Amino acid sequence: MASNTEAVTGRRRRDRNTPKTRSEISYGRWYWPSFTFPGILWLAVLFILPFYVVLSVAFGAVDPLFRLPLPVYQPWWWSLDTFQTTFEKFTSGSRIYLDPLVRTLAYVAIASLICLVLGYAVAYYTARYAGRWRWLILVLLIAPFWISYLMRIYAWQSLLQPDGYVNDALGVFGVAPIIWIGRPITVVLGLVYGYIPFMILPLFGFLDRIDQHMLEAGRDLGASSYQTFRRVTLPLSKPGILAGLVIVSLPMFGDYFTNNLLGSTNTSMYGNLIDSAVGQAGQGPEAGSLVLILIVLVMIPMLYYLRSTRRQTEAA
Amino acid sequence: MSDATLTRERPIAVAPARTATGWLRNPWRKPRFLQAITLGYLAWSILPVIIAIVFSFNNGRSRSTWQGFSLRWWYQDPFDSVWHDTALRTAMFQTLKLSTLTVLLAVPLGTAFAIGIDRWHGRPATTANFFMLFSFVMPEIILGVSLFLLFQNLFKDAIHLGTGAEFLGLVTFQMSYPVIIVRARLLSIGPEYEEAAMDLGAPPRQSLRRVLLPLLWPAILASAALVFADSVDDFVTVRYLSGPASSEPLSVKIYSAARASPTPAVNAAATIMLITTLTVIAIAWLVFKRITHNRGEGVSAAGLAEF
Repeated sequence: MASNTEAVTGRRRRDRNTPKTRSEISYGRWYWPSFTFPGILWLAVLFILPFYVVLSVAFGAVDPLFRLPLPVYQPWWWSLDTFQTTFEKFTSGSRIYLDPLVRTLAYVAIASLICLVLGYAVAYYTARYAGRWRWLILVLLIAPFWISYLMRIYAWQSLLQPDGYVNDALGVFGVAPIIWIGRPITVVLGLVYGYIPFMILPLFGFLDRIDQHMLEAGRDLGASSYQTFRRVTLPLSKPGILAGLVIVSLPMFGDYFTNNLLGSTNTSMYGNLIDSAVGQAGQGPEAGSLVLILIVLVMIPMLYYLRSTRRQTEAA
Repeated sequence: MSDATLTRERPIAVAPARTATGWLRNPWRKPRFLQAITLGYLAWSILPVIIAIVFSFNNGRSRSTWQGFSLRWWYQDPFDSVWHDTALRTAMFQTLKLSTLTVLLAVPLGTAFAIGIDRWHGRPATTANFFMLFSFVMPEIILGVSLFLLFQNLFKDAIHLGTGAEFLGLVTFQMSYPVIIVRARLLSIGPEYEEAAMDLGAPPRQSLRRVLLPLLWPAILASAALVFADSVDDFVTVRYLSGPASSEPLSVKIYSAARASPTPAVNAAATIMLITTLTVIAIAWLVFKRITHNRGEGVSAAGLAEF
């Protein structure tokens, strides 16, 4: 997945002065661009325009009678009132808003870290030692992509019930049944479980490409196996680590369903704030404002990721 | 593969050490610890799903305590079984309808975009490609809520929440898959084949249809399978965009049921969803193998990665 994305982000720069390529001469200037027009039109109407509507709703008003959002499409009439109120709910330390935000940052950080450590070990083993089982392990590593997220989390919801198999297993050791649903650790592990496949595959891609001879050279030159790992393997897999961390953490920021199935109000995350505001009467502008804040929040890792993958392809 | 065999065939120069530290220092010891982690991870990753499937055959209302085998939730129960629950059946057809329509539109759109963007250089092309990738990495809730607000406000009179809105949302979300997969394939093919075709006198349209498209088929097929599977599973975008209950696909129904009071019928419905996805992937995989069979390409790893 990572290799694909990275390949796509690579841009080829050309000066105006360079001679036209053969394809440009024989195809006509608008031949290839015309292929992209349907897609561009689609994105313009259903990807970019919606963001404008989000702005208009967030900076708009609410119908006093029906409590429906009254979007304002003219930027010069935009009012920052609702947005400011929503924003102040975070800065003033309102626990209903601030807690989910802090929780989200903490959960995403912890879960991404667990994903990285566990995912690295699995990817490393599969890339270097799996031998003839490699094929089977790869299929099993990809399998979660084919099983819906919903079913995987639902499966855990059942296992973690008070009379579920997890408590049954713990009961063997004399542990009294634990209420798992609604605990932070359950939600964090649920996030890890849900997104770790996205970490393992890019890591595997990079680890698999490392030339065995480099490692042997490191060992021949007297490095210990730990040193070889730290000075050769780790730097070479750094792009994979970066790609994996971003791919894993971005969807976690918007995740609300893991918490809805495995958590409680005490573990609710930022996504839950949006999800509950969307359906409520009179909360339209607030939902819009919350979405805007989330966009700003994830913009930095997103741009960083898109830029760094592009740089790699240019360097390659 | 070669790495692994290398490690395996290397003669063990050091005599097997008996002490614990000697074992630790042996550079060619088997990585038992990593192996245990990997096997543990695989079990952790797959077992819960298998258990969930088994529990769809539970003879009782519980989805966590086994009460004997029965087909109650699949067929026997006259109201709550998957077979007899009309709402679930409607949802299943809705899922199939939406996923098929999405594939039919998202894959051609994305493929054309990938081909065009591969040959069109300049600032507008870069910008378009950037937005396409942006839609790929964006958390899904953002897209879902923005589309919901779009259809509820600006397009209020044109598009109502329901099948139409769900379809438009799914295509928007899925279009980037074919773009990424087909583009990667285009980069690995290179321009030589097409140039050869043109040297031999093929006009543009013909070289596209007879040279490029056949080369792209595996990638197009892989992305179609992926888009279908992902549309079946999607519930974030679709949930915001579904209108009346009859327009809710299976995934949304399962999500709602899982939050309320789920019975093993939910397990059965989820199993059906899984079987649908796996069947499509398997069919695509077989066709994929047929297409790439005689070309001597690195089918296994590369193909698997594309899926």
